[in-house]
Amino acid sequence: MASLRPVAAAEIESLAIGAWILGTGGGGSPYLALLNMRKLYRQGAVCRLMDPMELGDDDPVAVVSNMGAPLVGQERLTDPRPVARAITMMEEYLGRRFRAVMSLEIGGGNAIQPFMAAALLDLPVVDADCMGRAFPEAQMTSFAIHDLCMYPLTLADVRDNAVIVARAASWKWMERLSRKVCVEVGSIASTCKAPRTGKEVKECAILYSTTKAIRLGDTVLAARRAHHDPVRAVVEAERGLLLFKGKIRDVARRTTEGFLRGTAKLDGLDEFRGRGFELAFQNEFAVGWLDGAPRVTTPDLICVLDSISGEAVGTETLRYGQRVSVVALPAPPVLLTPKGLEHVGPRAFGYDLDFVSVFGLKGA
Amino acid sequence: MRSQAAPRSGHPRSVAASRPPLQRIGIDVGGTNTDAVLLEDARVVHAVKTPTTPDVTTGVATALRALLDEARAAARRNRRSEKRQEERSRVVPRLRPPVERGGLADPAPIDAVMIGTTHFTNAVVQRRDLTRVAAIRIGLPAAASLEPFVDWPEDLAAMVRGEIVMLEGGHEYDGRPIAPLDAAGIRAAARRIRQAGLTSIGIASVFSPLNASCEDEAAAILAEECPDAAVTRSHQLGRIGLLERENATLLNAALVDLARRTTRAFTDALAASGIRAPVYLTQNDGTVMLAPVAEMFPVYSFASGPTNSMRGAAFLSKLADALVVDVGGTTTDIGSLRHGFPREANNVVEIGGVRTLFRMPDLLSLGLGGGSLVRQAPLGVGPVSVGYRLTERSRVFGGDDLTATDVAVAAGLIDLGDKKRVASLPAALVRDALARIHATIGEGVDRMKTDARDEPLIAVGGGCFLVPERIAGVSKVVHVEHQAVANAVGAAIAQVSGEVDQIFQNLSRDEAIARARGLAEAQAVRAGADPRTLTLVEVEDLPLAYLPGNSLRVRVRVVGEIGAAADAGRRGRPRLTR
Repeated sequence: MASLRPVAAAEIESLAIGAWILGTGGGGSPYLALLNMRKLYRQGAVCRLMDPMELGDDDPVAVVSNMGAPLVGQERLTDPRPVARAITMMEEYLGRRFRAVMSLEIGGGNAIQPFMAAALLDLPVVDADCMGRAFPEAQMTSFAIHDLCMYPLTLADVRDNAVIVARAASWKWMERLSRKVCVEVGSIASTCKAPRTGKEVKECAILYSTTKAIRLGDTVLAARRAHHDPVRAVVEAERGLLLFKGKIRDVARRTTEGFLRGTAKLDGLDEFRGRGFELAFQNEFAVGWLDGAPRVTTPDLICVLDSISGEAVGTETLRYGQRVSVVALPAPPVLLTPKGLEHVGPRAFGYDLDFVSVFGLKGA
Repeated sequence: MRSQAAPRSGHPRSVAASRPPLQRIGIDVGGTNTDAVLLEDARVVHAVKTPTTPDVTTGVATALRALLDEARAAARRNRRSEKRQEERSRVVPRLRPPVERGGLADPAPIDAVMIGTTHFTNAVVQRRDLTRVAAIRIGLPAAASLEPFVDWPEDLAAMVRGEIVMLEGGHEYDGRPIAPLDAAGIRAAARRIRQAGLTSIGIASVFSPLNASCEDEAAAILAEECPDAAVTRSHQLGRIGLLERENATLLNAALVDLARRTTRAFTDALAASGIRAPVYLTQNDGTVMLAPVAEMFPVYSFASGPTNSMRGAAFLSKLADALVVDVGGTTTDIGSLRHGFPREANNVVEIGGVRTLFRMPDLLSLGLGGGSLVRQAPLGVGPVSVGYRLTERSRVFGGDDLTATDVAVAAGLIDLGDKKRVASLPAALVRDALARIHATIGEGVDRMKTDARDEPLIAVGGGCFLVPERIAGVSKVVHVEHQAVANAVGAAIAQVSGEVDQIFQNLSRDEAIARARGLAEAQAVRAGADPRTLTLVEVEDLPLAYLPGNSLRVRVRVVGEIGAAADAGRRGRPRLTR
């Protein structure tokens, strides 16, 4: 049945590449999650991808993500067991078994977290997420835009620690409470967010984003194999726009309120020679200026790709001298609604700019 | 100790009247040639090029013999000219002070010998001379699902993977233990390792760059239980990123036997040549370690070849910020110098298919060199090359292959071999092939440039005549004397470094950098640097998202001139003996 199909090992490889691009600079590298998946597949696991439309309205769906500092993840690595534990703890709390599992954010390593859990728990992975990219804050989801309930939440670490946040007064409080626990267990934890019904997923999630990430990765790999330009291939396949091509001249970073903020300045190459581009980021790329004028803002996806390999470049790995291309990809429509822009538009990131999509869709 | 302060620069001390000039030998053991140079302070006095031999030692000994023969011949010439000058000085006032040190019959004693080699990289890439190792990972229950060697190419892992041991211990980012160290588990593992006959061990503990106590404690237990085993601890190699740091540790452990044998070969070759100066091995970052230390860290020598060539180019041209194009027989390496050091690649570097986070120069390698074959219809140059057989296979040397060198001779760019043998080449072919070569180099230079302003470019290497005189974005193309042995010169001038990459909390940015600098300086002095010559060459700070307490990751690197060790060598009166 096409609605519940096995995912091949090669598709997980593509997913890692595509998810890192959709991370728009944040979300953390999917590399360690990918290594876990390779191992699970070698041991015989085969994950199944579920068409969200196949969900019954009452089917409970687990929404998972890894929480914490990417740098801590580089030392503690990532492990499928805590995310599975967070899910089973939520099942125990709810007194119901989940029908399927899905990702909170398709951008970065969190795209692969539900697959890790699925391999251990034998649950299908829903072809959807609630960001369509990566975002830095808990309320920047399609579920929050639709005012869905933000609790309960379960959090588990690699020891035998686990916490349930039974209620929270707001998204902000949920973030504060869970962040505190996360820091206490070493700034890395697996979480199972507020469970969703099949109806909520079908109506409020960003659908088919897993397939989109896999397709993106396939596009990059196919271009590399054919010695074509992977950046151009991505732009063409995803109806994106090449905004700039150049070399990184300067990177400034600072941490404020727990976010990695900063700017990167680029000097143009090829058809952009003589022109300049500047990027501002808060974990993810938020705004881009061409020759000093705003060119692109969130929620349009601002992706920085290595100009040769097409591989995504994260805000933590930007460095002087890199030759990169800035590509815009269309954002999911829900993020472009007036309510959506309140949550994820330029003003939500502190930029006094009206959102004007590079794809010509005018926002609020 | 010397009394005068040394200049704080990337160049060696200037000649001071109160002491004899510093005599340093630099040797580069490449895949094709072994080059050696003798530096007297900042002056290249002799240079030789000899073929590399399979056993390394013979080639190094041959190069040294040739170098010292030249030095002795020069000393004899000097003595004669000094005599003549003394005779003249009886009647006219002396124009320059006499050479101070006695023993004019002998060349001056050597203060230090610096060797650069690509031997260890080649061993990994070619999958040879590797030792089977035991891997000990400390950090359970964290980092449990991805075991050591997890992302190695299977052929290499099969050669290197011995025991795998994963135990409780390790630290959090804030210094708290993840779990108490399982010392009993380490002791039991040590016995298994000894019984398995493994003699090299790599240890990696979670967050060991911040707190090395678990690795140190484990090493102490291993020293008791496996006294003959070589132990590499991951915090000695570096940075945050467990898997990459552990990979470096395991590669290092796989190479220590080869490194020990190779270093001994070097020291034997020097002893046979009568040199008793301290021996240093050059590292990826253009600095050196004393051979007995370096043989414990072969991975640090992985990229020393191209680094030495770029450092040599900086030294010979007296330019600290420039592009460098090194044209060899088969490849052209293009890099960028900043403050006299190669700009480093900051991303993941793969060695023989293994991900590591090494300090490596950011290089662009093109398949173009003096031995590159020139094809006609359609026109093409490289990447296939006659390599070291240039002197038998190229046209100007009597062969049948048309190479880039033949084209350059036909175009009058250089006079090599028998130019009559290329006189009949069609002018259009010569022009088009040269245009192709120039365009390839020009495009490569543009890709490596990171400054919009025009920059100078230094052309080095045996094939540097292929570099065009005018390149877009380049202010001038600089050619230097001794360009063919720039790599050996780079080895000779290498300095000692100290580096710290650590997370600091609850400190201002300035305080954190000052703290890191202090740690890096102490490390450099331990490695043999003269504390008076230490300079800061790199500072990088990265605030960490999510971590509390104003966390800042600071990376600081300092370098200094070779100090105490070289002085100690001088006190021991090392002389060239015969």
